[in-house]
Amino acid sequence: MRYLLTEEQQMIVDICRQIVEERIIPVRAELDEKEIFSWEIINEIARSDLFRLFVPEEYEGMGTGIFEICLATEELSRGDLGIATSFAASGLGLIPILVAGNEEQKKKYLPQLASGKKLAAFGLTESEAGSDAGNIKTTAKRDGDYYILNGTKQWISNGGEADIYTVFVMTNPQKGIRGASAIIVEKGTPGFEFGKKENKLGMRSSVTRELIFTDCRVSKENILGSEGMGFIIAMRTFDQSRPVIGAQAVGIAQGALEEALNYSKVRKQFGAAISSFQAIQHMLADMATNIEAARALVYHTAKVIDSGEKNITRLSSMSKIFASDMAMKVTTDAIQIFGGYGFMKEYPVEKMMRDAKITQIYEGTNQILRNVVALDMIKRGVV
Amino acid sequence: MEIKVNKETCTGCNLCKKVCLYDAIEIVDGKAVINENCIFCGACIEVCKLNSIEITGLKEEQKDFSDYSGVCVYLEANGDRIADVGFELVSEGRKLADQLDVKLSAVAVGSSIEKSALEAFQYGLDKLYLIDSPVFSDNLDDIFAKALVQVITRYKPEIFLAGATWFGRTLIPKVAAILKTGLTADCTGLEIDKEKKILLQTRPTFGGNILATIITRNARPQMATVRPHVMEKKKIAQDKGDYKDRIEYIDIDEKNFKSKYKLLDTEKELNENINITDYDVIVSGGRGLGGSEKFSMLKELAGLLRGVVGASRAAVDSGWISYPHQVGQTGKTVNPKLYIACGISGAIQHLAGMQTSDIIIAINKDPNAPIFKVANYGIVGDIFEVVPMLIKRLKNKILLV
Amino acid sequence: MIQIKIAVCIKQVPGTTEIKIDPETNTLIREGIENIINPFDAYAIEEGVRIRERSSSEEVEVIALTMGPPQSKEILKEAISVGVDRAILLSDRAFAGADTWATSNTLAKAINKIEDCRLIILGKQTLDGDTGQVGPELAQRLNIPFIGYASSILEINRNKMKVKRLMEDRYETFEINLPAAISVVKDINTPRVPSLRGKMKAKSVEIPVWDANQLGADEDEVGLSGSYTQVVKIFTPKIKHEIKMIEGSPGEQVEKLYKELKELNVI
Repeated sequence: MRYLLTEEQQMIVDICRQIVEERIIPVRAELDEKEIFSWEIINEIARSDLFRLFVPEEYEGMGTGIFEICLATEELSRGDLGIATSFAASGLGLIPILVAGNEEQKKKYLPQLASGKKLAAFGLTESEAGSDAGNIKTTAKRDGDYYILNGTKQWISNGGEADIYTVFVMTNPQKGIRGASAIIVEKGTPGFEFGKKENKLGMRSSVTRELIFTDCRVSKENILGSEGMGFIIAMRTFDQSRPVIGAQAVGIAQGALEEALNYSKVRKQFGAAISSFQAIQHMLADMATNIEAARALVYHTAKVIDSGEKNITRLSSMSKIFASDMAMKVTTDAIQIFGGYGFMKEYPVEKMMRDAKITQIYEGTNQILRNVVALDMIKRGVV
Repeated sequence: MEIKVNKETCTGCNLCKKVCLYDAIEIVDGKAVINENCIFCGACIEVCKLNSIEITGLKEEQKDFSDYSGVCVYLEANGDRIADVGFELVSEGRKLADQLDVKLSAVAVGSSIEKSALEAFQYGLDKLYLIDSPVFSDNLDDIFAKALVQVITRYKPEIFLAGATWFGRTLIPKVAAILKTGLTADCTGLEIDKEKKILLQTRPTFGGNILATIITRNARPQMATVRPHVMEKKKIAQDKGDYKDRIEYIDIDEKNFKSKYKLLDTEKELNENINITDYDVIVSGGRGLGGSEKFSMLKELAGLLRGVVGASRAAVDSGWISYPHQVGQTGKTVNPKLYIACGISGAIQHLAGMQTSDIIIAINKDPNAPIFKVANYGIVGDIFEVVPMLIKRLKNKILLV
Repeated sequence: MIQIKIAVCIKQVPGTTEIKIDPETNTLIREGIENIINPFDAYAIEEGVRIRERSSSEEVEVIALTMGPPQSKEILKEAISVGVDRAILLSDRAFAGADTWATSNTLAKAINKIEDCRLIILGKQTLDGDTGQVGPELAQRLNIPFIGYASSILEINRNKMKVKRLMEDRYETFEINLPAAISVVKDINTPRVPSLRGKMKAKSVEIPVWDANQLGADEDEVGLSGSYTQVVKIFTPKIKHEIKMIEGSPGEQVEKLYKELKELNVI
């Protein structure tokens, strides 16, 4: 089923599909097995102008909206979530600059991120600040024209590979979350180092590392917005990025459904293709139905955001919850259709299930997001 | 010139539309209509049961080619040896010359090649033109072309054949272009039209899916390249006989043979046989091999069979083995006596490069793999079980069945 | 100012992977075959674009050329979407039925009309014709050197290039003066995926069409009339194929295969 896409949107889908078919699918098992971050594929994505989707035209981007970003992310996730995450994480890292950066910061950083020559990363999570994001302990103390950063960020996608980091720090710890700020730190700044690469269950072709700041001096010019705006910037960033996680989930599920459907047509038991059995047919039908429902919600959310609507937290959270829960279910069912083969690493579906799991966890666990949905509803009513 | 459909006889049967690979035929009001996509390939003419399609208006000049006579083949040298394809062409040329009742000559160009070139007399050669000079020690296309052009213009053969080696495929078109005559590439069949006394050149196109028979019109010689190993080389004499009068040494003025190409370096892959077209046995590996280290198993098997290792595109693209080993349309076309395909599914591009091998053995896990469609022997099984056992067996150890 | 003009000659071909043979009539079935850019030409385009991207001191322009029916415009647009600067379609009913000789004539005339092309890049052969002859014949007509099966361009400037070619058993590195023509093998690069900006440009670009008249070509030097070879018969090979499946446990299979190989005298 094809949604009604403009010619340009269709081009985005076609380009991503070609990258997935020609570059990603042939190597994804190896990238997963050996935990390889493929600059070769990232460079191909960059050369195809896909990073430009995150950035408005005046900064050498081709950004039109979240919907286009969702289309690209969905297609890439259909091939490999790790690569889609590296792609989307650069977008996540640059949204704070778009949301709160001044003209100078935008001119300095956005064009190089648009070209994909450099990647961005988003540094919020800490060991004791996961869902409780307000509890961050990394500090930035003002010293003349500089801030001095101390502390450790945990599980940062693109950590070590990215050149530009938007980091959330406490500039005024007494004020709690109102004392948080966002600041741009470039790789190579003295006192800024990386921890070891994490060994993960899924999306193993992406990198996840600690960002370690030890008396790291960063120019005050690098602060985004003003001191104390950090938490607001983070939340506004998430509002825009959550449907992208939904798109990742839809993409993974789509990939799993395609694999399961193809397999069911060639796998024979009792002398017939298993696709002729109603038990399998109903599973396939449910998988497809749920994917379409999630896709519709994600696309709708993206279009609402693109229309300029401000109160998007609830819808944005709903699309991430629904799509990621759906992806977990669909990928698990895909393994079920493959039977014992699905459990084996020779077939791609077990990886898809491992990959799908993270979409229920990152950028707000689905539990926290249910709180968000409920609280927003209680505050503003159902409609 | 145009291609016409006879509206009287055409029944709109759709057969021509079905065979047209260029989307150039539509059926309008129950009649075939040929559009601008047509490339005059003639597939529709061939298939039309009612002979309703014809190409008209092609000007046929009646040129006099009576001063062209005889068959001449090119003996391509590799170092100081004449490549096998040269002798294969002598054998084939002999048949053609006999049918036309003309002489068979050969031209050899190279450095220190005389000894090897003389062998050609054992294959039925009437006359050898030998250009043997140190200026030809490297493959410099332009001076080789010049040498061949000199011989051809001087002796005017009506037919000139050369091997479709990689060097031949770049050199011979150059020669044909200088001589202003036609050239048919990669022929797999050559015949004489006895009535017209012309050469019918048959070659595969579309990766071997179609055969086309081609003639040379309005120009001489009729030139063709022939793939190595396609023609049979057959000695018809035990020794060279008295060849002294049948050899003509052509002296060249070295000053006139200065190449525009400067060869800086030649490199061969060390310890590896990459000229896979030269071997009688090829053991090829594909995606099913799963990694570069697994190729050592195939190398061992190939070694025992005095063969060489080949590969499918998938294996080469994965970086498991270098490109010169690649068999198929994107790589090399091979024609060995024995081809063993291990873990190769058999994409059509791969088949195009090896399906004319004498004997094909396919070992693959998947019984539905297309490779079994061209294989003579098929084993459905795990290459990691079968190949090591075969190696053991060849080393003469008794298997515990 | 442009110092190096590169012409890339490409062709639209029916993709052969889908070719099926009708078992009853033993003829090809065209259904489902899409016209594609000759796969070998994708490497030629990529190499042209890479030369431009690598060149820091000299300005490079990459021009794609194809001879074919009007629908061949599509592959020129594809070439633009992967970075070619401009494209020209050579199209005329008179060009149809050309053999390699007549094709090289038409291309040579177009290249002369473009003026000052320093390098001409072609794929090693086409998927349909499979000859690999247009490159060397074109070079000869232009009276410039030709290197076939190029696997790497080591150096290039306006006047010279160092290029490595692949032969069956070795690599040879040559230095040649430009202008020159080369044909490339797939080892030379990995063609890129189109870019979004490239696709947008391809969508709106106007592709000039040059006909026989504009090329100053007489009707009897192009197309079938200008060809020295002519197809007189086209047919599908009769495949009589029998396969002997070797059954049993792996050990039994090997033993049976061994016996067959012995009987065939290959061991």
